[in-house]
Amino acid sequence: MKISLNWLKQYIPFDMPAAELADRLTMAGLEVEIVTERFEYLDTVVVGKITDIRSHPDADKLRVCTVDVGGKTLAIVCGAPNAAPGMKTPCALPGTVLPGGLAIKKSTIRGETSSGMLCSEAELELGPDRSGLKVLDNELAEGTPLNQALAISDTVFEIGLTPNRPDCLSFIGIAREIAPMVGRIGRPVTLPAITLTESSDRIENFTSVAIDAPDLCPRYAARLVTDITVAPSPFWLQDRLLSIGLKPVNNIVDITNFVMLETGQPLHAFDFDVLAENRIVVRTAKDGEPFKTLDGKERILTDDTLMICDGEKPVAVAGVMGGLNSEIENTTTRVLIESAYFNPISIRKTAKRLALNTDASHRFERGVDPEGTITALNRAAWLMAEISGGKLARGIIDEYPVPSSVSPISLSTAKTNAYLGTALSREEMAEYLASVEFKVETVDPDTLSVLRPTFRVDVSRPEDLMEEVARLWGYNNIKTTFPKISGVTNLPSQSVKLKEKIKDLMTGYGFSESISYSFMAKDACDRLNLAETDHRRNILDILNPISEELAVMRTTLIPGLLEAMRKNLSHQIKTLRLFELGKIFISNGQDRQPTETEMLAGLWTGDRQEITWHDKPETCDFFDLKGVVEDLFHHFDLSNAVFSKIDPLMCPFTRPGRTARILINDEAIGIIGEVAPDILATFNLRQPAFIFEINATRLMPLIPDTKTFTPIPKFPFTDRDITLIVDNHIQAGDILDNVRLFKENLMEDIRVLDVYSGEPIPAGKKSISLRVVYRSFMETLSDQQVNGVHQQLTNRIIEEFNATLPA
Amino acid sequence: METHIDQIKAEAVDELKAADDIEQIKSLSVKYLGRKGLVTLFLRNISQLPPDQRPAAGKQANIVKKALESAFETALAEISARKTDTGSDALDVSLPGRPACQGTLHPITHITRQICAIFGRMGFDIAEGPEIETDYYNFEALNIPKNHPARDMQDTFYVSDNIVLRTHTSPIQVHVMEQNAPPIRIVAPGKVYRCDSDLTHTPMFHQVEGLLVDEKVSFGDLKGVLQAFVHEIFDEQISLRFRPSFFPFTEPSAEVDILCVMCRGKGCKVCSNTGWLEVLGCGMVHPAVFENVGYDTSRFQGFAFGMGVERLAMLKYGINDLRMFFESDYRFLRQF
Repeated sequence: MKISLNWLKQYIPFDMPAAELADRLTMAGLEVEIVTERFEYLDTVVVGKITDIRSHPDADKLRVCTVDVGGKTLAIVCGAPNAAPGMKTPCALPGTVLPGGLAIKKSTIRGETSSGMLCSEAELELGPDRSGLKVLDNELAEGTPLNQALAISDTVFEIGLTPNRPDCLSFIGIAREIAPMVGRIGRPVTLPAITLTESSDRIENFTSVAIDAPDLCPRYAARLVTDITVAPSPFWLQDRLLSIGLKPVNNIVDITNFVMLETGQPLHAFDFDVLAENRIVVRTAKDGEPFKTLDGKERILTDDTLMICDGEKPVAVAGVMGGLNSEIENTTTRVLIESAYFNPISIRKTAKRLALNTDASHRFERGVDPEGTITALNRAAWLMAEISGGKLARGIIDEYPVPSSVSPISLSTAKTNAYLGTALSREEMAEYLASVEFKVETVDPDTLSVLRPTFRVDVSRPEDLMEEVARLWGYNNIKTTFPKISGVTNLPSQSVKLKEKIKDLMTGYGFSESISYSFMAKDACDRLNLAETDHRRNILDILNPISEELAVMRTTLIPGLLEAMRKNLSHQIKTLRLFELGKIFISNGQDRQPTETEMLAGLWTGDRQEITWHDKPETCDFFDLKGVVEDLFHHFDLSNAVFSKIDPLMCPFTRPGRTARILINDEAIGIIGEVAPDILATFNLRQPAFIFEINATRLMPLIPDTKTFTPIPKFPFTDRDITLIVDNHIQAGDILDNVRLFKENLMEDIRVLDVYSGEPIPAGKKSISLRVVYRSFMETLSDQQVNGVHQQLTNRIIEEFNATLPA
Repeated sequence: METHIDQIKAEAVDELKAADDIEQIKSLSVKYLGRKGLVTLFLRNISQLPPDQRPAAGKQANIVKKALESAFETALAEISARKTDTGSDALDVSLPGRPACQGTLHPITHITRQICAIFGRMGFDIAEGPEIETDYYNFEALNIPKNHPARDMQDTFYVSDNIVLRTHTSPIQVHVMEQNAPPIRIVAPGKVYRCDSDLTHTPMFHQVEGLLVDEKVSFGDLKGVLQAFVHEIFDEQISLRFRPSFFPFTEPSAEVDILCVMCRGKGCKVCSNTGWLEVLGCGMVHPAVFENVGYDTSRFQGFAFGMGVERLAMLKYGINDLRMFFESDYRFLRQF
């Protein structure tokens, strides 16, 4: 809501400086967001004195003036008939932007240089006269900026109103808020005087109003003005509208806008002579009925759209926008003024559906004062009579089938003080409430009975009144205290703690945390080659997405990481270790909430280590990333993790031979692998990348919540190495698993030392070297003991895997 | 004789201590252990001792010989090592070390942890909730009925008529109150979504919601808790300003401005020359919300507050572009 202070002073006189007023309003809950000086453009429009005039050599109607602008003279081409030597007139210097948007610059007009513009009062928005240059008082000194010279200024506030304060969507509403700030407690704002002169013809003889939908239109009032002349508004009225950036149209439209801004009550003016049967019917539309609104657009209506109709057809979308068919034309002579109260929800639904947010709908949907209709109607009628020469039909049509009522609210002083942390007396509270026009009565020493003003549609509970008291006393005057806090606390849940722990561990492995949008592109699953039956294709669509790329909720974190890699590569960052811990969303149908699953994903691409002078650069590989995942599991004491081969269909975005499925206690919880070349190409990536994605929601419950200490062995270990030659298809993991299953008491650990194929190993075979560590908790093992156990173990592997020992 | 060999040893040790270059040590070695060295001569002369003294003297002389051999060797190694380290074999210690590779947490994680830790010390637990909500939890339960203009305060992403991406973390309040009786003290961090994308808005961002419900809670207490928070996350010089505002689920409602942490109130670009920064929304829980979760409004009061994590992160770290948070630019991520 824009407010011109000059205009505002018509309703509440004050001399508080603008900056202070802005601050006071902000601290009262009406946030002044922008403060501007309306006449700032006059800073570079200065008093000029025409010292010489000569005719333009190449244009009959133009002349070249020499203008003294204080200290220097300018040549300015001018077409005004009243330009004369010795005259003082406003001169807009180059750089000025006039209200209409015209930017003044040094230019050449038909071969003559012009270094500015001499202005009429209309061009400067200072008056209606556009016939010639504005003549300035001879006393004024050349070069003085015009706003100083003429003492013109007007500060304009832009106030960001919260939706609960529709009463402040008007000058009078803002004036009511200012009243207590400037000490006008108990004295109302100055309302404009209205002196109506009515003709003898009663309005009922001309027209009638029928409300067919009283729930949607509780009140509809109208007046008829005849014999009007549609013309531009007088300057004062235009000036008011211009001051807050509205464009004047004609006197009738300008008056309805002006009164709406003044009172907050939206009005509509119909051309009475185009209303069929000269009457108004308020009813809902027929489903599918077309209607052309004032903006020239055809709208299709639904049967819950409230319409203002004449005897035959709709003429306006109630409370939202008038129809093109009843617009005020230059030839209009009789006007029906509507001032109504519409159901806020109905107006909001219609405005939303038609995507039409007008000044009227904005006010109606927030709630106008149901008792303010007649005042606004009379104000507009009087102005039309005054300005457009109209005659008022006698009386008002005021259909009010559902009168509004206001019930008193009981307010306890003690409860209010306890709620706010204040120590205000009953009298103080009563005074504050009265200062913004609440009617207050004392019921008993603790209790007030408070009746809200009809325009305060936001107040219905004692807490609403407490807020009023707090706001007027000043939030910042409320003493800062600290709540009594009981000793009961619950520690953060296991999942909250674990998520943070996972993040800490990942950073320890050199991975940096990325947070990407929870959205993905609609074709993200196609880009990952996911099978038609893949559960990640259960995608939740967003009905109103920001863009195609962010159109659905993500069902995997992988596209986000690949996209991050692409962006970083384009910034010449080729080595990346990134992880993300965040939710994916698997749809259960658009009408239900999806299944939200916490996922952990990581990506490693580029070098194994930062390139330095120490070592030759090496690129990272599958096992670098696998080591990270293994260590993560190790840290969480998840000793049962298994990395196994995976059906390529289950993970189509990684290379089939370089992908593992991760299982814990036989439950599949994730994948790890090298990104497939076709996926790299799809994402425009030109180097290998390794990724993993783990279902953290499933992982976290598997993590034991306590650690158990294992005693440190007292006796030394003994190790034995074996090298076996096995068929190529045998996986090292299978051998390790098999050995572990053997559960030999003395075996402490077994690890892979080397894997080799090629000469002298026969084709189709490979050698695997293992180191087995033996230890007893009871004694130092003798060679004999170890050899016995080791031989058994070796024989078992040889038999199980059809292995041979090297020659 | 025994005193004699021990005397030789003591003199040798003293001389070795005083020696400080390789040549000196070598000549000492010759002096004592050489072919004509004192220890060698002593051993050679044992045959001239009375037969009963020979074995003990021989044994003692050999012990001394071994001890001296080892002492000369050690002294030589030490001195030559000292010499190498100052010579051409010394390391260029100015060369960079092998890099260790600690990764970094996202700034949002850092700030969220700080916020939760501060409120944790005031006895607030951490609560979480779904990111995709029903209309009821995101709006209706929070006193924002369908077709209420307050719905315009947030641009909502819709999945269907009834399912929305949560526009704030406030629905977590409702879940927590439905499942627990007062007293309640929680903070609820999380992602939220709004259908808005420009220089100063991203369609996803992070909030932390707070809720305290108990008997005898006042607006003054709300001020106290938020003041303690602001003082801790910034510093004690940062004053707070509570400004009346409107949220459907609180009454009274307030916006909290803090003294601009950049210019300390003098006025700068960050605070648009106002000297103040809007960082928090808060208020006393609206009785309609309590009624929706079945709390006895005559007995319990409470307050709620909410803050944008990106906003605080930008102020704490001096980040000037909101969009940086979600672009996964390594050059950005690696700074935190």
